[in-house]
Amino acid sequence: MGLDFSQIAPSFPYILKGIWVTLQIVAVSAVVGFFIGVILSLFKIGKFNVLRWFADAYTSVFRGTPLVLQLMLIYYGLPQVIGFEIPAYLAAIAAFGLNSGAYVSEIIRAGIEAIDKGQKEAALALGIPYSEMMKDIILPQAMKNILPALMNEFITLTKESAIVTTIGALDIMRRAYIVGGQTFSFFEPLLFAGLIYYLLVMGLTLLGKALERKLKQSD
Amino acid sequence: MIKIENVSKFFGETEVLTGISTEISNGEVVTIVGPSGSGKSTLLRCINKLEEASKGRIWIEDQEVTDPSVNIMKIREEIGMVFQHFQLFPHMTVLENIMYAPLKVRGKDKEEAETLARSLLKKVGLEDKETAYPKRLSGGQKQRVAIARALAMEPKMMLFDEPTSALDPEMVKEVLAVMKDLAQSGMTMIIVTHEMGFAREVADRILFLDEGKLVEDAPPERFFTSPESERAKDFLEKIL
Repeated sequence: MGLDFSQIAPSFPYILKGIWVTLQIVAVSAVVGFFIGVILSLFKIGKFNVLRWFADAYTSVFRGTPLVLQLMLIYYGLPQVIGFEIPAYLAAIAAFGLNSGAYVSEIIRAGIEAIDKGQKEAALALGIPYSEMMKDIILPQAMKNILPALMNEFITLTKESAIVTTIGALDIMRRAYIVGGQTFSFFEPLLFAGLIYYLLVMGLTLLGKALERKLKQSD
Repeated sequence: MIKIENVSKFFGETEVLTGISTEISNGEVVTIVGPSGSGKSTLLRCINKLEEASKGRIWIEDQEVTDPSVNIMKIREEIGMVFQHFQLFPHMTVLENIMYAPLKVRGKDKEEAETLARSLLKKVGLEDKETAYPKRLSGGQKQRVAIARALAMEPKMMLFDEPTSALDPEMVKEVLAVMKDLAQSGMTMIIVTHEMGFAREVADRILFLDEGKLVEDAPPERFFTSPESERAKDFLEKIL
């Protein structure tokens, strides 16, 4: 017994290919989640009760149920209703994007509410329309404050993306698992997958720090 | 012309303004004075509808601000406002702060807005600060930029909400000097302030508010030398 990485060495390239799959799913879901988050956060701080209620209900449902359940509902459950199969990749993006949107909307809402209400008044007093005020005055300031929290959400998303294994998408995790099955030795490929995830997260962390520095220019 | 007719304001159960009526002509400089919590700022903020009057009506020229269907954004374009805490946009440079509204609201092109912003910076004595971010400015400099930003909309009147109350004492003068220049140029100004020397020197009229009521409405000389009400006498004794 003992660890023997040499026996899975030929499979390293196969596992590494999963990085691309994981990154694609994470990147697209992060963008989708961000847009949903921005829109929901605007609903939450807006004056229309119906929209506020919708955004709150949305957040409550997506935060109140397991992500793996949402993923399976979309991949296994939804085809029953719509009558055609959804590719694993798309199902993953839909589930992660919708789910992440709920968390991001809370982060952005808190970020907007943390901004001095005098900023809004200054914009109103100048006759600046609401949409322009949000886009140019309020959101840029909110983004700066919430960047660490937002980065945290993307990191969580990167790690959580490993559950696409359950619907058979060939991400890092799934590939490590397959290699383990073929060689009857799971420890080494899973450790290797762990290392890859760790490096991805470190990369994101550094990226976040660099972005923060850039945004701090005006300080 | 601004016409305020029987305006009252409630915050919940609390009545902060009671039946205020007055008129302010074009070119007039009016200061609103009174103890803290007397409703001075609230009255000022009712004029550009940052606060909504609970009762009564306010007109600017022939437009009724208090009419629920009025396009308040259009009216606000004509009213500059300067705040106690400056409220410059921290993520924009000084020049960008001043250019933003003319670009977005007035639809000026970039060159035009830049020329205007530079000339206003010169007017407030800060032409060397155009690329600085607000964080790098002193309080007095921030407030002068805020005045320039408001003036960039070429407003018909200016509202000042305690413009020097958040400043260190040595910076009050530079801001008041800019405001004095502005007053002499014929701008209609309504100023909430605790600077009695300035009010006496620059204002055409003093409105004295106490507990939400307009207790006195008089030219500065009369207000400071022979106030009619006991409350104004008390107030002046305490602060002068």
